[in-house]
Amino acid sequence: MESLVYIALFAPLVSSLFAGLFAMSPRQTFVGVVSSLLLFVSFVSSVLLGYHIATTGANVHVTMMDWISVADLHIPFGFMADQVSVTMMVVVTLVSTVVHIYSIGYMDHDKSFNRFFSYLSAFVFSMLVLVMSDNFAGLFIGWEGVGVCSWLLIGFWYHKPDVSREENPSISPSWAANEAFIMNRIADLGMLVGLFIIFWNTGSLQYDVVFSQIPNLAPAVLTAAAAALFIGAMGKSAQFPLHTWLTDAMEGPTPVSALIHAATMVTAGVFLVIRANPIFSVTPEVSYFIAALGTFVAFFAASMALVNRDLKRIIAFSTLSQLGYMFAAAGLGAYWIALFHLAAHAFFKALLFLGAGNVMHAMHGELDIFKMGGLRKKMGWTYAYMGLASLALAGIPPLAGFFSKDAIIETAFNEGTLILWAMLVITAGMTAFYSFRQVFLTFLGDERYKEFGIHPHEMYGFVLIAMSPLAILAVIAGFFRDWFNSFIIHLLPNYEMSEHTHHLALILGAIVLVVAVSGIVLAYIKYAKGLQRSEKTENGFIYKLLANQYYIPKIYEALITKPYAEISKLMWTKVDIRIVDATVDGIAKTIYKSGDGSRKMQTGNLSNYLNWMAGGALVLLFITVASYVIG
Amino acid sequence: MIGLNHYLIVAGLLFAIGLIGVIRRRNLLMLFFATEIMLNAANVAFAAISHYYNDLSGQMFAFFIVAIAASEVAIGLGLLILLYKKQGTLDLDDLATMKG
Repeated sequence: MESLVYIALFAPLVSSLFAGLFAMSPRQTFVGVVSSLLLFVSFVSSVLLGYHIATTGANVHVTMMDWISVADLHIPFGFMADQVSVTMMVVVTLVSTVVHIYSIGYMDHDKSFNRFFSYLSAFVFSMLVLVMSDNFAGLFIGWEGVGVCSWLLIGFWYHKPDVSREENPSISPSWAANEAFIMNRIADLGMLVGLFIIFWNTGSLQYDVVFSQIPNLAPAVLTAAAAALFIGAMGKSAQFPLHTWLTDAMEGPTPVSALIHAATMVTAGVFLVIRANPIFSVTPEVSYFIAALGTFVAFFAASMALVNRDLKRIIAFSTLSQLGYMFAAAGLGAYWIALFHLAAHAFFKALLFLGAGNVMHAMHGELDIFKMGGLRKKMGWTYAYMGLASLALAGIPPLAGFFSKDAIIETAFNEGTLILWAMLVITAGMTAFYSFRQVFLTFLGDERYKEFGIHPHEMYGFVLIAMSPLAILAVIAGFFRDWFNSFIIHLLPNYEMSEHTHHLALILGAIVLVVAVSGIVLAYIKYAKGLQRSEKTENGFIYKLLANQYYIPKIYEALITKPYAEISKLMWTKVDIRIVDATVDGIAKTIYKSGDGSRKMQTGNLSNYLNWMAGGALVLLFITVASYVIG
Repeated sequence: MIGLNHYLIVAGLLFAIGLIGVIRRRNLLMLFFATEIMLNAANVAFAAISHYYNDLSGQMFAFFIVAIAASEVAIGLGLLILLYKKQGTLDLDDLATMKG
């Protein structure tokens, strides 16, 4: 079993290094094929591990070697596959295998095809380190690793120039990549502080040691640790107020958006909360804050998705919103439901993104849904996939989203937090509306793309086949809920609805369903026949507020980016040039001038030298005598 | 009675004469003479102090200096002859080829 852990972990690394060998050479299809095969090997190993753990109930724990061993600090390179990590492993490797195969088709015209696979596999490796590590330090390494790969992949088309924010809200791929990276650094500082607090108080970073010491720790320490860790999670999972990078990250190639910015990396924050649940479950204030923030973000992000015109950005907002749901569940103590929604969401959201990628490929990079419409005739399969994924996202039974999202909403009711419950129900309606607004505007109605001279075509057959596992899972994943519950409660605390909620479960489910269906119906009425734009609505205050993302990017620019740039400029012209540079230059100039001055001594005339020497000897003599007299 | 101080004063005067010669003279040969005077000033001082302390190592050192000076003159004069053959002069003001 141990070798399976190593195969699952290192196959993506081998894939990355292999693809890296060809990074500078022209497109080679076999690079993509080999990478996909290695990822598939990793997926199979993960599934076998999962089967082993499910049947025997025993965790697989390996310690590869000692990594850091200084004084009291001992951190091994240890990896483990337990119920939580194996769930993540299966989800990550499955989605990444599909995305790798998809990328062979999607990136076929890109000259950096081989480099893309190298980055993509490196990401998977980092993500596996993150989920499989048996200590916080290894988790942090993976955490930073996925950050770097995310940066590399968002900025994959780094040669595109910067444009104004009005033209493209994310300015340019390299700008978006830097934004994502810097925002994550802010949050990672919180994460690091959390790790320091934990190590300072428990003397270890191993999960089992840390969690066993929790009863001995003061509540204030635990609250501080939980809050600091959650700040880290907020950055990686793009929670308010660090959320702006996620939609800008859509500048990256679509497979990247599907893998990193929907299915896996952004869920790392949720994973952290689930993994560290013993800490969060004894800090009710922090947990309640997580739940409240999650609910707020779910609502907030969904509201921005209502009016957006960019196909990928709508899905990005929806990811943000669904992450909010996951945090709401985790904050309310329903960790296994959060993990279940994470897995289910990964399947249908990746499918949705890959479908969007098909549309983008067909539309030659055009993402404005107001310029699409009627694509159903040309792209039947993509329509089916995206429709299916949207149904799952909207929470229509019996698809995956219904089971996982409904459970979260039910949890909010069960905890008695009715405000959160109401917001989550409303958000479910908004989710249904914006998902189907996008689907209807893209695939139904009049064929608006014709006036732009675009001739869309369906994606390659093998790509559509590769997407099918996700589609199947988006449909059936929900039926595994009870099985998953019995599997995961070996590790995570079980969460049961109270008797009262249990009686009301049908009514509650019906309320959510009615809200969701009415969202879909509203979208159908408004958009299925074709696009009717009304000047009045689009110039309204709320529409403008939502379309401009509540002006938050502009506020950040005005309050943080610009003052920071001004301060930097001031420091450069005043402090750096006038003080730091001047000091260094001054030393150099003094030495240079003294050398230039004493150059005149070197006349080449021996007699002069002898005079200098005699003078020097006299001076030394004088000093000797003087010091003798004085001392 | 002639004491240690008298010898040391003579040695000091001899050294000063030699030093002035080194500083003022322009001819390399004369510089050699001047250094010889300075070496002998040191010899006088060594011999006198050796006698004063009843310690023979000072006189031994003086002999040593005489031997070194002799060999130095032998080599030095040889070099001077070569230099004269090459440059046609021993005047230091005309030999300033190493100006920086």
